[in-house]
Amino acid sequence: MLMRRALLIAVPYLWLLLLFLVPFLIVFKISLSDIALAIPPYTPTFKDGIAELISQLDFENFVFLASDDLYWKAYLSSLQIAALSTFMTLLVGYPIAYGMARAPEEWRPTLMMLVILPFWTSFLIRVYAWMGILSSEGLLNQFLMWLGLIGEPLTILNTNVAVYIGIVYTYLPFMILPIYAALDRMDESLIEAAEDLGCSRTQAFWLVTVPLSRNGIIAGCFLVFIPALGEFVIPSLLGGSGTLMIGKVLWEEFFNNRDWPVASAVAVILLLILIVPIVLFQRNQQKQAEAEA
Amino acid sequence: MSQTIFAPWDDPNEKPLIRFENVTKKFGEFVAIDDLSLDIYTQEFFALLGPSGCGKTTMMRMLAGFENPTRGTIELSGQNIVPVPPNKRAVNMMFQSYALFPHLSVRENIAFGLKRDKMDKERIEARVAEMLKLTRLEKFAQRKPHQISGGQRQRVALARSLAKAPKLLLLDEPLGALDKKLRQDTQFELMDIQESTGTTFVIVTHDQEEAMTVASRVAVMDEGRIIQVATPANIYEYPNSVYVADFIGDVNILEGRAKPVGEDRYEVLWHEGVAPVTATSSAPFSDGQTAHLAIRPEKIAISTDRPDNADNAMEGKVLDIAYLGNLSTYHVGLPGGQVIKAQTANTRRIARRDITWEDPVWISWSATAGVLLAE
Amino acid sequence: MRRLSWFNVTSLTLGFAFLYLPMLILVIYSFNASKLVTVWAGFSTRWYGELIQNEAFLGAAWVTLKVALMSSTLATLLGTMAAYVLVRGGRFLGRTLFSGMIYAPLVMPEVITGLSLLLLFIGIGLDRGVLTIVLAHTTFSMCYVSVVVSSRLVSFDRSLEEAALDLGCSAWDAFRLVTLPIIAPAVIAGWLLAFTLSLDDLVIASFTAGPSATTLPIKIFSAVRLGVSPEINALSTIMIAIVATGVITASLISKRASLRAQKEAQAAERASG
Repeated sequence: MLMRRALLIAVPYLWLLLLFLVPFLIVFKISLSDIALAIPPYTPTFKDGIAELISQLDFENFVFLASDDLYWKAYLSSLQIAALSTFMTLLVGYPIAYGMARAPEEWRPTLMMLVILPFWTSFLIRVYAWMGILSSEGLLNQFLMWLGLIGEPLTILNTNVAVYIGIVYTYLPFMILPIYAALDRMDESLIEAAEDLGCSRTQAFWLVTVPLSRNGIIAGCFLVFIPALGEFVIPSLLGGSGTLMIGKVLWEEFFNNRDWPVASAVAVILLLILIVPIVLFQRNQQKQAEAEA
Repeated sequence: MSQTIFAPWDDPNEKPLIRFENVTKKFGEFVAIDDLSLDIYTQEFFALLGPSGCGKTTMMRMLAGFENPTRGTIELSGQNIVPVPPNKRAVNMMFQSYALFPHLSVRENIAFGLKRDKMDKERIEARVAEMLKLTRLEKFAQRKPHQISGGQRQRVALARSLAKAPKLLLLDEPLGALDKKLRQDTQFELMDIQESTGTTFVIVTHDQEEAMTVASRVAVMDEGRIIQVATPANIYEYPNSVYVADFIGDVNILEGRAKPVGEDRYEVLWHEGVAPVTATSSAPFSDGQTAHLAIRPEKIAISTDRPDNADNAMEGKVLDIAYLGNLSTYHVGLPGGQVIKAQTANTRRIARRDITWEDPVWISWSATAGVLLAE
Repeated sequence: MRRLSWFNVTSLTLGFAFLYLPMLILVIYSFNASKLVTVWAGFSTRWYGELIQNEAFLGAAWVTLKVALMSSTLATLLGTMAAYVLVRGGRFLGRTLFSGMIYAPLVMPEVITGLSLLLLFIGIGLDRGVLTIVLAHTTFSMCYVSVVVSSRLVSFDRSLEEAALDLGCSAWDAFRLVTLPIIAPAVIAGWLLAFTLSLDDLVIASFTAGPSATTLPIKIFSAVRLGVSPEINALSTIMIAIVATGVITASLISKRASLRAQKEAQAAERASG
């Protein structure tokens, strides 16, 4: 009985230690190593003693990152793109979640399924779908020219605008679902009470509906912001050479420049940046769970 | 003893505060309110009483403005309020679920409606303080709704809806969520507050005891119609139909054919082989017309010996005794198989135990004890 | 009694159009006869034909499927164990670290997960190939499985297990005969999630795949980088069709099951009342 329990705990525990935590420590360690020309392009390996290992640590890579403004700009522009696209996702997602929560009861499971369905389709394909739409001879430009709104095609693909569209599109369900859950839980008589006490519909929306869906909004924003910050596929397919996002920089540093220590240092800093929103998100979820209990 | 009795409904010169005029409300094919007319007067505590689905909640929601009548008009102080949206009506509602805003404190909940009126800060604060005092919530002003008890929540809801000093306050099953003891205390508190603020209250309830306790008048509803509107005492003692007699309190119904035997006096042949019962009625019955004698159990006396001078007396056997503490109800079986309920007050602590199961007993009542009803 | 206001109808219509139009356009243009993806030149299934003959794609698809099957099954096993430990395990040394390691991969950028695993595989001298992708996919998808399963375990009435133990089951029998059948829908959902996550993954696979094993997303990504191609449209259409059929069938089955349960409950109610 005890043996079995120990085994039950040990197997997933060891798996995660070995394949999640240890790799992390390696990244951290390598970010503090020198670049070497040999493959694998870092030194030293684990065979060396710990004392030697520590003696060889240096912060050269981090100094390099700090001195090269490419990295600063990439972090800042990642933050900016992630924040702005999160806000746009909220603007697009809230009315949809609201409409779903106000839809007749019997429609809601179907609407739910329609929101979840894109989750199951390939992320890559959903991003790819926009390449054909946004290109200069793509359908969006054809449509706008047919309407007569523009005389010549707009350049959207390979710009930051395309990246915003891509993030809003692919992460929209993450925004809709928590907001919908919050709105769905809300007692409708609260709106009636607000109207009864003298609110117009708009006032009731801002004074009651929005504050009560606050937790859903916060959860949705984190669920979009956190993955958007480290996004790689969207900026590399829809963005242009001017699109600086840290996930893309890391990828290029690793695969193109083969500078593993710098790539690792980039990863470590990205992680440090991410810790703040992740901790805030965790706290929000916990508070919500406590409020419900 | 020159104090005037509060009865504006008997005064033909009094203008009603609320007037429903031939109001019909349909939801699709379902008729929730069927051609209903009703007057409610200023300072009344008016109860809408009926089983669930009788239309009482729809009436209330039409007063609040959440539903509009399909036909007919609703007037408030002589003005048709049907086109007025809920937020522009001088009517406030206390919701069954209380609908307290969970993100706002008790104080902010009470101030919510006042702020919508663009009142200045000091006046809002004064009014909120007044409401907190009225409902004895001063100590809880800073708490959120989930940090206070059910009874306190109920008082917050009341304070919030009273804060705007509405012409009319609607209460939707206001005490439904409270346990019995607290409910009884709160009923009296509600009456005190209604009296001290002079606000007109309309309460919706399915609990007849609650309606009888708090209301100046009660409207008994069924299937979208009002069956009877009267004071609690009149509803109880002079029900206008078997439905009302049966809905309010306990009653024995003896069905039979009427036979006039003098001025306002009838005999009811209610069972073959049993002596007819005698009853008075101001409403006329023709010979042979179907009549129901409704008689309350406490109006029926029970004794071991044949009573003298009773208008109605019959012999039976005790089948069941329900001891309720203050009262005892006896189920007396008659030779024909009918069961009559009789009730006595337990005024002595040590009962003489003179009547028990299977005892032969006599039950009796006077001719004026019951009401003779056509339907 | 509620009617949808025009505002809600508009926002739902526009919202779902935004979600589905791009994929619909993709599907339509996969039947385009022209090589130019933006000009409609009549209906054709030409690109499907060419796709079937493209051995590189077929090979990658096979690798992807193999990886997904292995990793999702392994992840379901480990994830269910982890969920059980989290919800029913009680206290043990390093519990906080354990739950942290379950939740962290969910919010970890894929580039970091991929990079760290690659560095581990190189560090221990493991050749990159199908095995390394399976290990990598199992690690991150087991966390998703354990979140799905543990949410079901939390809402599960513990007295059912206690009743089984009371009636003479061993702990293992109680799990096998009572717990597992009840949490089965969550376990299946977890497996499906792990399976699609693995099918879908580009970034982690790119880091952990060697030259000997290329998955379909890696293949698609390198093709798509050069621009839109009708063959990829055809491939996407097939993948969308498979997913849509799968999800819709699953939801219909579960809907029918719940409807039947409802009807049976009503019938029982009527029979006894």
